[in-house]
Amino acid sequence: MISLLLTDRCTACNVCVRICPANVFDAHPQGPPDIARPGDCQTCFHCELYCQADALYVAPECDQAVEVEAGAVLAGGTVGQYRRHSGWHEWAGTYPNEQWLMETVFRRAGEAAGKRDLPMVGTEGKMRTQQA
Amino acid sequence: MTTTARTDVLIIGGGMAGAWAAIAATQAGASVTLVEKGYCGTSGVTASAGPGHWWVPPDPPRARQEVVGARLRAGQGLGDGAWMHHILDLTWRTLPTLAPEYRFPTTDDGVINYRAVRGPEYMRALRARLDAVGVRVLDHHPALELLAWPDGSIAGARGIRRQFGDSGWEIHAGAVVLAAGGTAFLSGLLGSRNNTGDGYLMAAEAGADLSGMEFTAAFTIAPARSNMTRTMSYSFATYYDVDGQELDSPAYGPAQTRFLARALQKGPVLCSLHRLPDDIKARLHLISPNVPLVFDRWGIDAFRDRFEITLHTDGTIRGLGGVKTVGDDCETAVPGLYAAGDNAAREHVAGAISGGGNVNSAWALSSGLLAGRAGAARSLGLGARSGRLVGLGRVGLRPSASARAVDLASVQAAMRREMQDFDRALFRSADGLEASRRTLDAAWEEVAVHAQGDAQGDALKAREAAALLATARWSVASALARQESRGMHLRVDAAEARDDFSQRLLSGGLDDVWTRWEKPATRTQQAAAEVVS
Repeated sequence: MISLLLTDRCTACNVCVRICPANVFDAHPQGPPDIARPGDCQTCFHCELYCQADALYVAPECDQAVEVEAGAVLAGGTVGQYRRHSGWHEWAGTYPNEQWLMETVFRRAGEAAGKRDLPMVGTEGKMRTQQA
Repeated sequence: MTTTARTDVLIIGGGMAGAWAAIAATQAGASVTLVEKGYCGTSGVTASAGPGHWWVPPDPPRARQEVVGARLRAGQGLGDGAWMHHILDLTWRTLPTLAPEYRFPTTDDGVINYRAVRGPEYMRALRARLDAVGVRVLDHHPALELLAWPDGSIAGARGIRRQFGDSGWEIHAGAVVLAAGGTAFLSGLLGSRNNTGDGYLMAAEAGADLSGMEFTAAFTIAPARSNMTRTMSYSFATYYDVDGQELDSPAYGPAQTRFLARALQKGPVLCSLHRLPDDIKARLHLISPNVPLVFDRWGIDAFRDRFEITLHTDGTIRGLGGVKTVGDDCETAVPGLYAAGDNAAREHVAGAISGGGNVNSAWALSSGLLAGRAGAARSLGLGARSGRLVGLGRVGLRPSASARAVDLASVQAAMRREMQDFDRALFRSADGLEASRRTLDAAWEEVAVHAQGDAQGDALKAREAAALLATARWSVASALARQESRGMHLRVDAAEARDDFSQRLLSGGLDDVWTRWEKPATRTQQAAAEVVS
């Protein structure tokens, strides 16, 4: 659930207000948006992905608000991690999209499990190969 | 204040199905408006996942025949081979056309990979295409109800603008495509919060049938207290009970889900990903950048430490149920109303087993194209029409008796318990399903009789509650009627599949829920069956 908006980093561009699928934020006439409805947050991390100022932090707990402290979160080094590893904005080209490896992981898992004849389709297990 | 607009084709829902529908309708020469509850680009389950499309090259032709044949066999009589070939072909030809907006990566072998896309980038690319081709995209514009002509054909929809003081919108159109997604019944399935079954409810109110609503028994692993339902790493997982005893879990698939559900009924289940190959560990953040977020933020070394897991229901999302489409163009039984993606029933392309990921993605793309194209043709062929439009929404908007405050949070919590509980929703039995039915009927009556969402903010919440309850009730009624086990539908009190149930089960109804077999047995067949037995 959305936990922090780092006001000293926020540029008040309001992209989070626009792109949050759960409409958690309200734009503010002056300065950073308000986290107006944190309980509606669906913990999808999209706001972090779209925030070029790395001013947002979503805690992984999806069902309850957790108290976090800005200094501790920043020291943890995970603010901005999602955007960086996704290769968005200034990170384009630095972190390649290797989503295509997923199907090889499932294939190797099937082989490791002694299922060398894992069919192309026909089991839910294989279907999960391409989804997750 | 309500703003009114006119468009040729109105798309409700801005996930991948709605986006492809909008693209196709625009290509067919129609003006297109797409309304989305959240933001078209981040809303819906595709945006947070990594959809790999069902993908088989046309050459050699044998390859597709084998894949379709395997899927038909696994689908236990509910699949349709012609439809499977059709969506394989549409997906193969269409997905690469997104190359201007999506950078399809090159694999280690130097081949461009199209099938496996990353959700956030895929939806960002589709949004860029919509903006480029002139689709009018209205974010944060949830639809509340369909509008119809007096003859019942669909004339548009009405909803609210939730970032404009919940003022209203009304859009008139010659065709409406429902692409509002499926529902996971407010479970922790990643990205599914907006997916509350709204499109099912609106279709049923217009007179369309549902189908396959019993196929809602898929569950997905996530670290406990999180919604990170991304399963790749778990293909190498090892599970333990609280005493540290390793569990002899099946490697994958429904058997593993059922095993873990039984283990979770006994107590906490711990997981270790230490067996994940080292080269994959090193690249996990490049495959699925959101997966490590949970572990890193909790200070867990996912490759050494053991962590607790849970299972979230996938409902109709990795299930199959939805609005029954008729014919070849994804139209529903209601003139002017089309259904695409998870909003539509999918037994014909998936069979009785989960279409999760690959088949459902190919279906979302293909049904979007078909519905968008057909909706455009219909709308452009309609003459000018005048008359009084009727709002079709009832429950949550127009109570049948005195309006009063309804505790929607507790109504939703009750629904969620019934649909998430393993003994009710996964290991099904007549007794458990009957208990669910009673709970859900009582909740439905409370909402139907008293809830009145008004323009001041709670209309959306009331309608979401109504849609969730309606969907849960169709699911439970269908699971009761299918007194057998088939595919993902498991009845512990009827373990075998029955020959006469090798067909689709339709459902519908609002206050009075009904189910019926698509091809009811004739008297002669029944007589023959009796003679044989």
